[in-house]
Amino acid sequence: MGEIHLTGHPASPGLAIGPVAVLTSEVASRAEQGDPAQEAAALKAAIEGAASELADLIATVHGEAAEILEFQVAMLGDEALAEGAYEAIAGGTAADEAWRVALDVEIAGYRAADEEYFRARAADLVDIRDRVLAGLNGSNTIANISGDSVVTGDDISPSTFLAVDWTRGGAIALASGSPSSHVAMLARSRGAPMVVGLGPLPWNGQPPSLALVDGDAGTVIFNPMPETRRLFEQRMAAANAAQIAADAGRLKPAVTADGRRIAVLLNVAAPEDLAGLDPAICDGIGLVRTEFLFEGSRGLPGEDAQCAVYRRILEWAAGRPVTIRTLDAGGDKPIPGVTDDGERNPFLGRRGIRLSLSRPEVFRVQLRALCRAAVHGTLKVMLPMIAIPSELDRANVMLDEEFAALKAAGTDCARPPLGIMVEVPSAALCAEDFGAAFYSIGSNDLTQYTMAAARDIGAVADLNDAGHPAVLALIARTVEAGRKRGVEVSLCGDAAADTRLTKVLLATGLTTLSVSPIAVARLKAAIAGVSA
Amino acid sequence: MHDVNANRAAQTFAPLTASAVLVNPVGLHARPSVKLTQLAKGFTAKIEIALAAEGPWTDAKSPVKVMRVKAPQGATLHFRVNGPDGEAALAAMLALVHDGFGEA
Repeated sequence: MGEIHLTGHPASPGLAIGPVAVLTSEVASRAEQGDPAQEAAALKAAIEGAASELADLIATVHGEAAEILEFQVAMLGDEALAEGAYEAIAGGTAADEAWRVALDVEIAGYRAADEEYFRARAADLVDIRDRVLAGLNGSNTIANISGDSVVTGDDISPSTFLAVDWTRGGAIALASGSPSSHVAMLARSRGAPMVVGLGPLPWNGQPPSLALVDGDAGTVIFNPMPETRRLFEQRMAAANAAQIAADAGRLKPAVTADGRRIAVLLNVAAPEDLAGLDPAICDGIGLVRTEFLFEGSRGLPGEDAQCAVYRRILEWAAGRPVTIRTLDAGGDKPIPGVTDDGERNPFLGRRGIRLSLSRPEVFRVQLRALCRAAVHGTLKVMLPMIAIPSELDRANVMLDEEFAALKAAGTDCARPPLGIMVEVPSAALCAEDFGAAFYSIGSNDLTQYTMAAARDIGAVADLNDAGHPAVLALIARTVEAGRKRGVEVSLCGDAAADTRLTKVLLATGLTTLSVSPIAVARLKAAIAGVSA
Repeated sequence: MHDVNANRAAQTFAPLTASAVLVNPVGLHARPSVKLTQLAKGFTAKIEIALAAEGPWTDAKSPVKVMRVKAPQGATLHFRVNGPDGEAALAAMLALVHDGFGEA
C-alpha cells in the first residue's frame, strides 16, 4: 500500500505521528454460546468489567460528568438490573441476547417517563447496555487505544475520547465528524490534534500502520514514505521549539511588534478549567459559559449553587475582570426541561437571550446569583444572541429589579454592568443603537449567520470562514461603534485562537481577544509578530 | 415518642413508618437515588420506599428499583423500616430527604 493523502477540516491544531488505531462502530458477534452456567458467568464478568471501566473513568472527569458515571456504576452494581437477563439465560437464551432484551425493557421504562429528567437518563442506560455488550463480544475498543495512537474511524464519542490519555501525543482523524462537536472542543482543550471530514477511509481490511496528522492544515497522510516522514518530523521539531519559546512568553503581556498592547483573556466552561493555571497568563476572563451548570441530571441549579461557582471564578481572577455569559441554551446546546423540543431550525429559534426572557423564573435566579457574586471581584455580565436593543433593555430592567430586591433584603450584592454578545449580524450592523456596557463579538455564530453556512455541516465548512471580508467588516463596524460610545470591544470566538487571522483581526482595531487557556501562548507569540 | 418506638424496635423489630416531601428540584432522579441507596445500604434494617402509605413498597437499597419509582418533585415519599437499627435508619433517610439530598 502506497502513501495515502487525505484532506479534511482542521478541528484541533497541532502535529502528530503515531500508529493507527481503528474504531469499529459495529459490535462483533459472539463466537460461541456456552451452557447456561457459562453464559451467566460471561454476563457477570462483562458487567463487572464495564463497572470497573466506568469507575476508572470517574477519576479523569469532574462535576456533572462524574456524577453520571457514578450513577452508571451504581446501576451496574445492582443485581436487580440483570435479574431478567439471568432468568432468560437459565431458560437457554444467549448472554448477549438476554442482556440486550432486559436492558431494552428498562430503557423503555425511562423513555416512557412523564418527566424529562427521567427520560434523559435513557441515554445513560443505553451506554451501559452497549458497554456490557462490547465486553461480552470481546470487542473492547476503548481499552485498545493507547494514548500515542492516531485514532481513526467514522466518528468518536465523548466517553471514548475521555478514556484515552491524550498527553502521550496521540491524535484523531475522522471520516465524518465536525470541528464544532463536543469532542473537537475537548480535543482543543487537551491539545490533541484532530482532523475531521476526511471522507470514506480508503482501505478494505487491513488498515495502514502509521499516520501523520496535521491538525493545522486539516490533512492526514497514511503509510508515509520514509522521506515524507522525515520532513514531517522536522516540522514537528520546529513546532515544538516554537511552542517552548511561546510558553516562555506566556506570562508576559501581549504586545505587537509595533508596540500595541493587546489584552488576552480566557474562555472557560467551568471553574475546573482554571485548575493549575497562573492568573498572570491572562488579563482577565473574557467568557465564562454557564451552560455546564444546567446540564445533566441535577435539574436547574439553585441561586446558592450558581453564586458559589461564580465566586470561585472571580476569586481565581484576583481582581482581573471576569465576563460571565448568561445561559446560552438552544441551537446546538439543548438542555432538557429548558429548551424547546423539536424546533425545525433551532439555530434560528428560541435560543440564548430569547429563551432567558421567555423563562424569567430561570433567568432571574441567574441574575440574582450574579449580583451576589459581583461583590467578590470585577464582574461583567453579557447576554448571548442579542438581535434588537429591546432585549438588552428588558434584561437591564430585570437585573435592576433583582438587584433592588436583594439590596432591600439586606443581602450583600452589587449590580454588574450588562454588555451584549455581537453574534447576530443585526447587532453588528446597528451596534451603536444598543445601550450596552461593552460588546463581545462571538465570531462562531456571527460567521455562521453571515455566511449562512453551519459550523457543524462538513460539506459547507469551507464557507464558514471567519476571515471572510464580510465577517471582518461586521467586526470592524462593531469596533467602531465601541470607539464612538467609549465602551470596550472584545472577540471571544474560535477566530481569536486562529493565529492565521491574528493580523487581520488586529487590523479591524480590536485590542482584546479571548481564547481557551491552551491557546494563550500561541496567540501571544502570534501577536508579537504583528505590525501595522 | 422516639424512645418508645426504639425500645419496641429493639425487642420485636416492628416496622417503623414515616414520610417526607421531596423538595429537591426534580425529584428522586439519578444522583439522589444513588445517595439514597448508598445511605440505606449502611444499615442492616430492611428499608423500603413508596409513593403511597399503602405501598407498593420498593427496596431502598436498589438504585435500579428506586429509579423505577420515578418519584417527582413534590411527591410524598413514604418509608417503611424494619430491623435492629431501624430508628437510626429512618432518621437518616428522613434527614436526607428534608435536606433535599444536599442539592442546592
